[in-house]
Order: sequence, then structure tokens, then C-alpha cells
Amino acid sequence: MGEFKVHRVRFFDYMPSGIRALAFNQDTERMAVARMDGSVEVFHCSDRFFQEKIIPGREQCGIEGLSWVGERLFSAGLNGGITEYDLTNQKVKYTIDAYGGPIWTITGNQQGTHLAVGCEDGTVKLFEVNEDQIQFERNLDRQKSRIISLSWHPSGSKIAAGMMDMIQVFNVETGHSIHRMLADRGAGTSRSKECVVWSVVYLSDGTIITGDSVGMVKLWDDQTGTLIKSHNVTKCDVLALSVSQNEDSLVAGTSEGIVVQFQFVSMVLEKDDKEWVRTRTFRNHTHDIRAVAEITTAVVSGGMDAQLVVRPLLDKIEVRSAASALRKIHFPHRRLVSCARKSGLMLFQYPGHLELWRLGESEGKGTPGSSLFVKRNPEKLLQLKVKGEDHIRCSAVSPCGGWIVYSTASTLRLYRLHCDNNNISITKISKLPKVLSSANQLCFSSDSSHLFSASAQSSVHIASLSQSGCKFVGTLKPKSGSHQAIHLLAASEDGKWLASANSDHEVHIYNLQTQKAHCTVPVYSSAVTAMGIHPATNCLFMMHADQQMFEYSIEQKQYTDWSRTVQRKGLHRFWVERDTPCLNVMFNPQNPSHVILHDMYMLCIIDQSLPLPDDKTQFYNQLTLKSLTEEQRKSQSHAFKVCKTFKDRPLHLYVCGLSEEVCFIKRLQIVPC
Amino acid sequence: MATLYEGYTLCGVGPVQNSSNIGILGVEQGRDIDYVLVTDSSRSITVYKVSDQKPTGSWSVKQGQIISCPAVFNTQSQEYVVVTDDRVVRVWKEDDVNLEKAFKATVSADVLRVLSATDSEPVVLFCCGAVRFLDSLLASPQQPIEDVLTEDEIIRGEHCLYVQRFNPNTLVKHRIETEPGLSAPISFSATCRGSNIHLLYLYLNGSVYESVLPFRSSSTGAEGVQALSCSLCLSLPLGEEKLMSGAAVVLDEAHVAVIGFPHPSAGACKDYLCIWNTHFQTLQASKEMAGRIYSQLWCYSGKLYVPHGKMLSVIPFDCQKSSLAAAMGKLKQTSRSGKDFSSDIYEMLTCKNRKTCQNTFCLIFKPLQMDCSLVEDVQAEVGEFIRRAPQADLQLAAGRVALELVSRSQTDANFYPQCAFLQLLETRYLCYSVCPELLSLAMVKKDFHLCQIAFQIFSDIPEAVTCACLKAILSTPDLEMETVNLDTDSVIFMKELTQAHSRSDEEGGQLNGFCPPALESDVSDTPSNKLQRDPLSLDMSCPVGLHKGALLNEVLQTAYSDRSLLPHLKDLTVPQVIVFLQYLRFLYFKYSHDAHKQIRALRTPSISQIIDWVCLLLDAHFTVLAVAPEAKRLVFDLHKFVRSQVKLYAELGKIEGSLQVLKNSKQSEDFGMYAIQVIELF
Repeated sequence: MGEFKVHRVRFFDYMPSGIRALAFNQDTERMAVARMDGSVEVFHCSDRFFQEKIIPGREQCGIEGLSWVGERLFSAGLNGGITEYDLTNQKVKYTIDAYGGPIWTITGNQQGTHLAVGCEDGTVKLFEVNEDQIQFERNLDRQKSRIISLSWHPSGSKIAAGMMDMIQVFNVETGHSIHRMLADRGAGTSRSKECVVWSVVYLSDGTIITGDSVGMVKLWDDQTGTLIKSHNVTKCDVLALSVSQNEDSLVAGTSEGIVVQFQFVSMVLEKDDKEWVRTRTFRNHTHDIRAVAEITTAVVSGGMDAQLVVRPLLDKIEVRSAASALRKIHFPHRRLVSCARKSGLMLFQYPGHLELWRLGESEGKGTPGSSLFVKRNPEKLLQLKVKGEDHIRCSAVSPCGGWIVYSTASTLRLYRLHCDNNNISITKISKLPKVLSSANQLCFSSDSSHLFSASAQSSVHIASLSQSGCKFVGTLKPKSGSHQAIHLLAASEDGKWLASANSDHEVHIYNLQTQKAHCTVPVYSSAVTAMGIHPATNCLFMMHADQQMFEYSIEQKQYTDWSRTVQRKGLHRFWVERDTPCLNVMFNPQNPSHVILHDMYMLCIIDQSLPLPDDKTQFYNQLTLKSLTEEQRKSQSHAFKVCKTFKDRPLHLYVCGLSEEVCFIKRLQIVPC
Repeated sequence: MATLYEGYTLCGVGPVQNSSNIGILGVEQGRDIDYVLVTDSSRSITVYKVSDQKPTGSWSVKQGQIISCPAVFNTQSQEYVVVTDDRVVRVWKEDDVNLEKAFKATVSADVLRVLSATDSEPVVLFCCGAVRFLDSLLASPQQPIEDVLTEDEIIRGEHCLYVQRFNPNTLVKHRIETEPGLSAPISFSATCRGSNIHLLYLYLNGSVYESVLPFRSSSTGAEGVQALSCSLCLSLPLGEEKLMSGAAVVLDEAHVAVIGFPHPSAGACKDYLCIWNTHFQTLQASKEMAGRIYSQLWCYSGKLYVPHGKMLSVIPFDCQKSSLAAAMGKLKQTSRSGKDFSSDIYEMLTCKNRKTCQNTFCLIFKPLQMDCSLVEDVQAEVGEFIRRAPQADLQLAAGRVALELVSRSQTDANFYPQCAFLQLLETRYLCYSVCPELLSLAMVKKDFHLCQIAFQIFSDIPEAVTCACLKAILSTPDLEMETVNLDTDSVIFMKELTQAHSRSDEEGGQLNGFCPPALESDVSDTPSNKLQRDPLSLDMSCPVGLHKGALLNEVLQTAYSDRSLLPHLKDLTVPQVIVFLQYLRFLYFKYSHDAHKQIRALRTPSISQIIDWVCLLLDAHFTVLAVAPEAKRLVFDLHKFVRSQVKLYAELGKIEGSLQVLKNSKQSEDFGMYAIQVIELF
């Protein structure tokens, strides 16, 4: 098969941000995640938890709560504003100030008519959810201390609010407090510390469940305002609570990094008097859990260690499959690195800045497995800080290495890079065409002569680049279909074709010469996670979140024979069961039958000329092949050549195609303390 | 080869207070092999658990009192015994705290040592040479003690050995016959081996002599001083410095540990502990000891105790039997007992003015008037002869005596002195070539006990004879065989082996949850349903009787060469081959279940010996076995079992590469921030 030169890069110092809030939408099966840096992500729970949408954060926006109202997503934060998101275009729709100081919590009622926010000034503010906006309605009775947590009674008539040292139950109609329940402070020295009711859940049978800083999960009766039962879960704080849809299971996340499950079960078999009983404990986190959510078949938790953990509840799963495995999501399902193939440059995208590095050079040859002598060390050429408060949404470096472009939610900036020997100079291109004000995805043509910018309504703007500057050429619009934001762009090597994929799983192909839509690939049920156009055959190779792969001939407007064979024979079980999506599709310039793929943990080269493995074949067979002779290898080898040598979890693996070399960018995850 | 392992410190050695410059009076075996009793020259006695390097008990005497001999442990009464101030015998138990409150008795003469041996009553040796059992002494402490030594003799010195025996009480004085011009031995060590006491002396000039003293000597000859012949068994190299002291201790029949003598290649430094092989005069292992060496050395249960510098070190050692057979790759005997090398309680050395002794053994084999005497007389006389003949002579003489006896037995059908033959064999001076007729005579007489001993001792039995014996064993009915008196160790092994299966069945499973792999999923190649059994669940009943099995084991352990054995194996009849093969299959299955590892036996056939014999037998009778219907099942089972093992090993071979990579991957990590590597995909 061959040898590859691998650059092992560990200086991409990307640090994912901690998770602050989770919100699960039962109807659409989407999980919204808010991070400490203000970014909001949407995961598709039934599509292998693919990270469908990313709305980049801003400096100091400090989201404290997330809430779905129907299919609309709202957040509130310590800056005192309530934000609604435009999920179609993956940006902030509007932000309004609640005028109550920092907001600690936001929650919508089940009816979808109102939002309640808990403010620093002790008020619970109700907002009416209108067609295209929200409107302040009224305050409930003002309290003396801040409102930390809120929960609507499913009927929408009552609200429970967790505060310092107490829980208040409000009648929404009158706005008056019905009950006041005092939370006990801890014993001993912590007696002097206030008890913070971090989380509250209001059940339809009138039970109020609270989690507090003393480490207790307490059950209260809202009729009498008395404590029914209390469970000591931890020595430190219970930070998050979540109840399942049918109210028979409750999960609590603690600052020790454990998730405790309670279940509402009858103590005597086949009798009806049920009780909340502590049943299971999950330890998947290393740091504080700030948010938990119980979805249909799993417990999702997130916290300061920045990983999203999906822990399946095996009693609710009928068939064990890859979809029901424990899943840990550490890094974005997007490429944060782009490569200038021809000049050996790499652009690293951080939330607030970009870094441009030149790869090192090696000398001599080495045996497989050995490290080569590094003749020239890698060099950081540039660090580009973003203007303004918005974080970077997407970025790209041109294949020639002469252009850098990035976009935030509000601006798009294009730079010309002059790089002769050791002198680096950078010029910002002013007077960009007006349409290039913001982009969801950016891509250069292979000859670096054009810039493609994915914009609203699933359209792509084309701009030509020259020494003199940037000139708008035209806009590519899909013939029909959804207007979801484009998250992937792929241009063909010969400059004739451009493919775009949006979050409704649509892939459109445009003819760049006529600037017209060429065709649309049949929509597949799973999201496209990576795609590339083959330089020789102009076939579009697509990877999906459920690990399926398709090859579509652009010229013939149909799936290739190989692709049909793959679909007919099916993929190997081990391939389908991998738990991270493929993030890049590349091709080997030396051998047109090679497709190079990678996910977070492995690099795979698919040799389309070799037979496909069936379920009886040994899938990970590199070690076996290594021990065989050349002759025996021929009979044993199959199309999937998986290299897991660089698998030291958890790591961040990005592979970029350089002219003849493969480059791994990886780093050990550093957990914030 | 012998090995000295990494040692560890047991305890410190206190500051030297007495004139003898010795920090430790003695190290003695404690209540079991993991405990030792250390008596230091100040005033304390400490019990250490050796494996933990921890003291478990300590006693000391009052200021002004002196411990005058090392404390010992009386294994019979589970008590400690020590003598203080030469005459006060103190006896105490483990849980006694204060030595002052312990039992004490003052005896009427000065005590030199208290000697203790496992499973026997300790004896008290007085300075005057008298010996008493401890319990009889304590019964009447003030009993008069006779002077065994003459006035000008004191214990420990030169050249004379007094042997006192109990029951009947005898005293034999021996003179040690060494080269003239030697001063007194500086160290000696005694072991009991077979029916002899082996004494080893170390002289300042580096020579190590050995004497052999029979356990039971005749009651005659007790008068006067007998000469005791010595043979030089080792010459230690001497450095340039003049040596003042040293110590030697016997480890087994071929190995001696020596301290205080220079290492042959490490120059003049004498701070080495060395293990020498007395058979080949080679240095087997050595270890440098830090600090001053006291020329003291003890050996208990596989560990050497060496005081040096300011500590007492424990150095475990291992002596493998070294023989030419081992060098040739056909080791006959793999295990040995290390237990009979305990120091012996009957010895004492006395000193006397040097005087040559003319009186030597004139007995060679003239007194054996064998022609007319009865079997009993001959046996008694042979016993006497073996006891009294000097070592060097015995080697020649034993063979001649054996030849004589065999030839008479062959002519006279009523004459068969079995005990005499056994005694001669036990001298270990016989081998097959010395007396070739002995084994065939035993076969004719159906004396399987003698056969067994001969198989154990002879290392040069021709393959033809081995086969003849094998044939005789196989053709003897089990019933007859069970009456034969055999070496108990081998019978116990067979007993355990046949029981091991039923025991593991009772436990309801294998050790470690071992679960035999599903062997064949495709059973289409089996001709009938009857044969679709799992070979691992075969009936593990032994196809032969215990005694026959024990004898067959001896045959398996003989040395042979394939090429010469093969033609003789063809002489076996088909039923014999099948029985033997069934037995080998039984052993093989047993061994595959690791049954033999739980059995402690001295001599066991190894798995490779078993497989070699299976192969040989199959080679020799392949065509017959292929057509014999009664052999079909047997061969099929063997085939299936072997195939399953081959499969297992093939699978293991497959994962070998993965394991290797796993091992390598652990080493190669951390490339820093940046590295360029080459990977290869296949």
C-alpha cells in the first residue's frame, strides 16, 4: 500500500469551553448546549449526536440558561439579556434586556406561551412568546434574594423558584407566593454559609424536587409546603436536576462529577404506592457537572470538563447498537484547521484568534514507525486577533497560501499574505463586496483565484481574487429546498464544480462555469459530515453521521458503481459502530483509487480497487497484514486501511492533505480546573 | 548451576563486645522454615520471620549474665533453649515475655553447645565431651557428667573426630587422615546423606576435604582410635594476603558455600561469598559482601545467613544439579530434596596431639566369603563392608562385589541377596556398565523394586535393556505388580495423579475458572456420533495400576537416544503398545490439565518426555496402530487433542504480534510538540 510521512503536531492548543446549560427538545430530538464562552450548539440526538449547528459565542455574554419554546431556542445570561437564536442561519436573532440585573435561569412553560426568567434583583419576570418576538408581561412578587432556579408546574399555573436558603412557590395568575419552604444549611462550619438551591423541578403531581449546595436532593409537597424526603447525594453541591418526560426518573449532577439517578418505583412489587429511590450512579466526568438532561433513552450531562457525555439507560433500549453506546463528545464536529497544500501552511481557528503555522521539514528517510530528523522546526508565522466581541465562525487559508479569510457573525475579513523567505507581511483587503458581510462557511478554489462564501438562504457568493482586490462575481442559489445554513463546501480541482451541504442534509452541486445549479444529490437521512470532489473523476465523496459513505458522479448525476456496491454489500460492523463522525475527505494524488478519511481517533485510507470487507472479515487487519508476506497480503487485504497508531485518547485528530504528506494535528485535552 | 539471588538485610549486628570479635553467636532454625533464631553476642536472642524481615520476638538476659551458646528451638516441645553463664540452661516458650521468669536449671558441668535437629530431642554437648539429651538432663540437672575427652583435649581444634551414638550408646574416635603439615581445620560442616554422614573440613590453605562416616558402624572396633580417611574435594585459590579465617557450609552433594576466601578473578579482596561445585571444582556463583566479614556462615532452607559489616544478610540461593547428563541435554533427575542436608547432631571434633595412626582398614573384599554362606550372612557382610571400606576403595570394590553376587545368583537359583544389591546401589558407585547383568537378573527375578532403584541411579542403561524392562513391566499383570514394594515417593505421585481428577471434579471446575475452549464446531469429519466427544472430557481413569504406572514413569525418565530406541520398541506387542499409549495419553491429558503441578514429588516425568515417548511409540508401530481396530479410538483421541492444542497455539501465535505492538507502544510515546514520522499501511 505504501508509506506516508506524518507530521505529528501538538501545538494546536485549542481548548473546548465548559458546558453551562443543556436543553432537550423532545419533539425534534435536538439537544441544545450552551458553553461558557457563550456559544450554543445543537446536537441531533437521533442522528448519532451529530453537532448540527454551531452559533459562535461572544466575549462576556455568559449564558446561564437555555430553553426551548416549541422549535425556538432562547437563552439568558449574566449580561441581563434574553436572546433568541435564528437556527436556520445559525446566528443570534435578537437580544432584549430584562432589566432585572443578571439573569440566573430561564424556562418556558409546556404550553409554549410564556418564558420565565429569574433575576439577580429577586424578581421572576414573565415574558409572553409572540410570533416573532417576546414581550415582557409582568413580575411575580419580588423576593429579597436572587432567583437561582425556576420550574414551571406542567399545568403552567404555578412556578417553583429556588433561591438562597429557600424555595418559593408562586401562583402565576396572581403573582403571589403560595408557599415558602426553607432549605436547611449544612451542619458544622458550613452552617454559616448560605444554602443555594441550584436546581428545582416541579412535577405534575405537585412534588417539588430541589438540589442544593449542601449536597441534598429534597422532595417537597406543594400542598402543605413540607419536606417529604431528602437524599444526601454528595458532600458538595448538587448543581443540576432533570426529570424524564414521563416523570418516573430523575437525574442529579454534582460538583464531584457524578450523575445520580433516582427512579419513581413502587417499594412493594405490583403495589401502587411509589417512592423516589436512588438507583444508579454514573461517573463519567472529571469536574463539576453543570447541566444534565434525561432524554428518551439516555442521560446527557455536561460540565466544566467540556465534554458532553451521553450515557445510555440500558433498561430503555431495546436493541443494543452503536447508536446506544456510551458517547463522549470532546471536540466540535467541524474542521478547525485548514491547510495550504501547496505551501505547507496551516491555519488554526481558535474562538478569538487565528494562528498561521508553517510546517517543519524533515531530512532523510526512515523506516516505518520511526521519527525522522527534523531539519527545520515548525514556525508560527502569524497570530491574528479578531476585531470586536464576536467569535470566529469559520476561516480558510487559500491552497497557494496567499490569502486568509475568516468570518464572525457580523463581519468577514480577507487578508493578502506576502511571504518571501522570512518576511511576512499581511494586508487587509478593504472594500469587500457588500454581499460578503458574513459567511457560514468559506472555501477557496483550488487555484486560489476565487473565494466561495456560504451565506443566508443556502446561497453561495463567488468573489474573484486578484492582486488588485476582491470582486463579486455572482451568487449560486439552489433551485429549491430548504434555506438552512451551509456547513460544508467543496470545490473541484479543475475549478468546474462546487458542492455545498446544509443542515437539512441537502447537497447541491453547482457548475461554476455557468454559475448555475447543476444537480442535487438525493437527500439521505443522516447529516453530511465531510465531503470532497475527486480530482480525477469529479465524483463527490460524502461521509454521513451514521458512518455511511456515498460516491456520486457529478457528470453522470448518479451514484457510482462502487457506491452502489458499498450500499448493497453493507459496511463492516466495526466501521458503522465508530462513535465519532468523519471530518475530512481527501484523495491521494499518487493513486486515484485512494480516498483518505479521518475521524477523531483514526485515519483510514479506502482503496476502491480492493474488495470490501464483510462482517466475517477481520476489519482492523493492519497488524495481521504486517506479519504476512507480500503474497499472503493480497488475499487478506480489503478496502479499509485503518491506522490507529495515533490513538491516545482523548485527542483531537485533524488530518489535512498536504501535497504528499499527511498531517495529524492532535493535542491532549487539557481540562480546565 | 548455582545462583545467588539478591540478598536482604535481616538485622543489624551489634557492636563487638567480646574478645572473639564476633557480633553474632549463632543463627538457628526457628519454629518453621521461615523463622530463624539469632543469638547475638551481647545479651539478646531474637526470632525473625525471614520473609518479612521482621523480628517477632526478642528476649535478653540481665546485665552481668552472658549467653554462652546460641539459642535453639526445640521443635518437639515448641520451646526455646539457651545456656547462660556456661551452666544455666533456660527453657522458655514463645509467649514468655521475661527470660528471668523462664524455667532454668543449673547443670554440673560447662555446656559447650545445645544442638537441635528437626523432629528430635535437642542434645546438650558439654565442654568435656559428654552428650546428654536435653530432657534427660533437665530431669536431673545435677547428674554427674563423665569426661569423654582426655585431659589434654579440648573441643574444637585439630584432627580428631569423636562420634557418639545413642541407642546403643557408643563412642567411636576417629582420626582424620589428611596430608601432613596441615594445621587444624578452620571450619567444618556435616550433612546426612543416605546412610552416611558427610563431613566437610575447610583448611586455611584453601583445601576442602570430605569424609564419609557410615551411620551404623559395627559395634566392634569401638576400641582405640580409628582412622578416618579424607578425600580432597576442592582446592580454593588463595590470594596474596595471609588468611586468618573463613567458613564453609555444604549446600548439597555437589555445592559448597565458602566465605572469607578470595574470588579467583577479583584479586586479593576476600569479601566474597562463593558457591563452588565440588564435583567439577568450578565457581558457580559469587557475591561481594560489603563491610567486614566475620567468617560465619549458616544455611537454612535455601537461604544463606552471612554476618558482614554491621548487618546480617539473608541471601537466597539455588543449586541446580549439575551433571554431564545435564550438559548433554538429557537430565535424568530434575528435582532433589534439600532437606537431608541439615547439620547433624552426632558430630564433634576433638583435638589431640598429632600422632600418626598405623591402624588402617585392611578389609577389602577378602572377608566376603560368599561362596558358601547364606543369603542373610552375605547381606550382613556386604553391609559391614560398605560401612567400613574407605571411599576410594569402595568405588572399585562395590562393582566387584556386585559382579560376584550377580554371577552367583545366576548359577544358584535360590541365591538372591536383594538387600545387598540395594545397599550396593545406594552407595551410588554402581552403574550399568560396571555390572550389566544386575538389571537383567532383577528382571528375571521380577524384582521390580531393584529395577526401579536401578533406573533411578543408572544413567547408562542401553536402549535394548530399557525396552526389555518396559516389556517385562507391561506384560506383568497389575495384580501381581501391586504386591511389589516400590519407592513410596513414586507411588504417592501416581496416587495423587489419579486422584487429582476426581478432586477437581468435586470442586466443580478448574482452577482460575479455566474453561476448555470449544474445540471443533464442524464435527462432520467424525465417523460416528460416539466419537463426537470432547477430548478434554475424556475419562481420565488410569489405564494401569499405580505400581505399574510408577515403574513406567521411571522408564520415561531414563536417558535414551531416539535412533537406538526405535528398533527395540518394535518388539512390543500390539496390546502392550496400546496399554502403554493409553497410559501416556492419560499422563498427557493430566499434564495438560496441570494436575501434576499440584503434586509434590521428587521425580516426575516431564511433559516433553511424555510427548517424546508418544511420538516414538507412534513411529515404531504406526502401521499396526493404523489398522488395529482397538487402537482407533486411542489414536483418534490423541489426534483430536493434539489438533485442538495446535489450534490453540496457532491462535496464540496470531495475537503475538498484537501483544508485541502493545508492548512497544508503551515504550514509544511523547514526541514532544512536533515530530515527523513514517507510517506504513498495508
